[in-house]
Amino acid sequence: MDKTVGIPRALFYYYLFPLWDVFFRELGYKVILSPATDKRIVNLGIEKAVDEVCYPVKIYYGHVASLLKKADCLFLPRLVSIQERSYICPKFMGLPDMIRANFPEHPEIIDHTFDGSRKGQSLSKDLEHLGRKLGHPPETVRRACAESIAALREYETKLKGGQNPMTVLDGARFGFGERKLKVALLGHGYNIYDPYASMNIIAKLARLGVEAITAESVDPAARDQAAEVLPKRMFWTLGHRILGSALYLEQRDDIAGIIHMASFGCGPDSLVAELLERLLKRRRRKPLLCLTIDEHTGEAGLDTRLEAFIDMIARRKIS
Amino acid sequence: MKITFPHMGNLSLTAETLLKGIGLEVIVPPACSKKTLSLGVQHSPEFACLPLKINLGNYLEAYELGADTALMVGGIGPCRIGYYGAIQQEILRDLGIQMELIVLEPPDAHPRELWDKIRRLKKVSWKRVLEAIYLAWHKTRVMDLLEEKALILRAREANKGSIDQLLGEARLQLERTAKIAQIKWLGQDYLSQIESIKLDEERQTVKILLVGEIYTVLEPFVNLNLEKQLNSLGVEVLRPLFLSSWINEHLLGGILNIEGTKKARELAKPFLNSFVGGHGRETVGCSVQYAKRGIDGIIQIAPLTCMPEIVAHSVLPKVTEKYDVPTLTLYVDEQTGEAGLLTRLEAFADLVRYRQRRLKKNENHVFGY
Repeated sequence: MDKTVGIPRALFYYYLFPLWDVFFRELGYKVILSPATDKRIVNLGIEKAVDEVCYPVKIYYGHVASLLKKADCLFLPRLVSIQERSYICPKFMGLPDMIRANFPEHPEIIDHTFDGSRKGQSLSKDLEHLGRKLGHPPETVRRACAESIAALREYETKLKGGQNPMTVLDGARFGFGERKLKVALLGHGYNIYDPYASMNIIAKLARLGVEAITAESVDPAARDQAAEVLPKRMFWTLGHRILGSALYLEQRDDIAGIIHMASFGCGPDSLVAELLERLLKRRRRKPLLCLTIDEHTGEAGLDTRLEAFIDMIARRKIS
Repeated sequence: MKITFPHMGNLSLTAETLLKGIGLEVIVPPACSKKTLSLGVQHSPEFACLPLKINLGNYLEAYELGADTALMVGGIGPCRIGYYGAIQQEILRDLGIQMELIVLEPPDAHPRELWDKIRRLKKVSWKRVLEAIYLAWHKTRVMDLLEEKALILRAREANKGSIDQLLGEARLQLERTAKIAQIKWLGQDYLSQIESIKLDEERQTVKILLVGEIYTVLEPFVNLNLEKQLNSLGVEVLRPLFLSSWINEHLLGGILNIEGTKKARELAKPFLNSFVGGHGRETVGCSVQYAKRGIDGIIQIAPLTCMPEIVAHSVLPKVTEKYDVPTLTLYVDEQTGEAGLLTRLEAFADLVRYRQRRLKKNENHVFGY
């Protein structure tokens, strides 16, 4: 029987899953994905994580817990960087160690390091290295790498075309009423695309007749260009993406407002949100709503703020 | 140009000496106080970590005294400190305060970036710059050596406050002098004075390692005098992090023979196998290093939401398990109250002392008396 590899449906699942999925399948593994986030998973995570860890990492812990007895090994990559001279977040760099320390009963962990921060280093190189480390023949590894990179590019093209990761990965459907408005919804993918963590904010907006435009559908070149006004180069990949997209979308007439969603205690976003707020305030063009989520967030509170914001931008648009 | 800088423990001694030495007019911000904190908190992002807020408070207070420029260090991630300067500058701008932040950081896009900033700051010949560095270094080192000694002996001082008084005097004298020979002499003199202070020989002490994020470790205002509190509970504090060892390791390339954290970083494996920014790996590594040498407990301190220290915090239980050393993690922010902190320290000191006694008792059983 094929060896099974467990992949948590959390954190960079929303950015890189097609890559991992195809890679491991090409190498002859059976990929086991943890179920969608729910209360049980969140509670499993909260139980194991230290209180100060942010919500998405707690959710990651929960997904790992739900995979423990289901797979022969777990794939928990150490994602140091996916972009030159940039980082994701320090917690990503220590994540496999954090899991090891808190799940004594863990099965084999594949914790290969992906570090694209240095020049000349790339995702595919690290991937190839991983394949060889796992003991597969070079031919197979090379093919697996090529196939998986192609799958990732295809996925990214779909997202750029305006498709939502939730639709592409999980087949989610959104019943848009009549589309009256478009807003930019910005935040780390694992917050806004996880229907449980975000309380399905995209579907909520859809019900209010609002289409959410996310950073993944913005052309990276336009994003980078818009981010040039920043006082200093933003060295967090996702922070850069959020700020660049916000500054680009802010200039677009069809975007009525900007929503930023961050998890409580998120280090990078504490500064990203501040900068975003100050820059947008100076330009005085688009209203901004900052939402903070964690395991204590009440849905009613989120609904109220969202509805008030949408009412406000709708009225603003008419007048 | 009237230049200022943020406080961090004894950093003001170093920075004032250095900046005056290179010919600048220096305005030392008032020592961190409730006012600094409330000024900083008022204008900073709510979820930013505490050092950013206090730094900002320092700038604002120095601005009231006439400073028009502030010096700050930067970085290129992944820790938030790398973006402090940029955010603080934007806040000052929105407040309408004419103050420029000069952020010294590793060159990012262009190697000349740092060089240009240094040339802007330098008002004297290179020879005098080197002299200023030399002078600042010696003062820092002397102060650190005195403090290191105090952290141990204060736990048993017979007359409370006698060591603090000596430290205060030494600091004043160091501020006033500009001669290397005198600094060295002061160092020896005060060290012997501290060593010969009357001790309470009866008092049973325990050894606790203090690790964590550098700012919260070094700045007594934000850690609410943690070290002194511990000392007064009969705890000898061991601290691997000192300003001078940090300077030697990060700015002087480790040329001086001072114990740095290189070995500790190695020892962080297998608990933490990667650099995580800030002092996360050092926290874990030093815990292992000192646990092997024999200590009774470990206290980790960090600002609330500090990313590298959260990673370290998450793996520390494994260190506890392997080396049988209890750990206590403290997060501080503007809400931290002294009474709450003290209660936790007392409880931890009690636990450590109880364990030590029990372990000794067990040893006695083994040897049969």
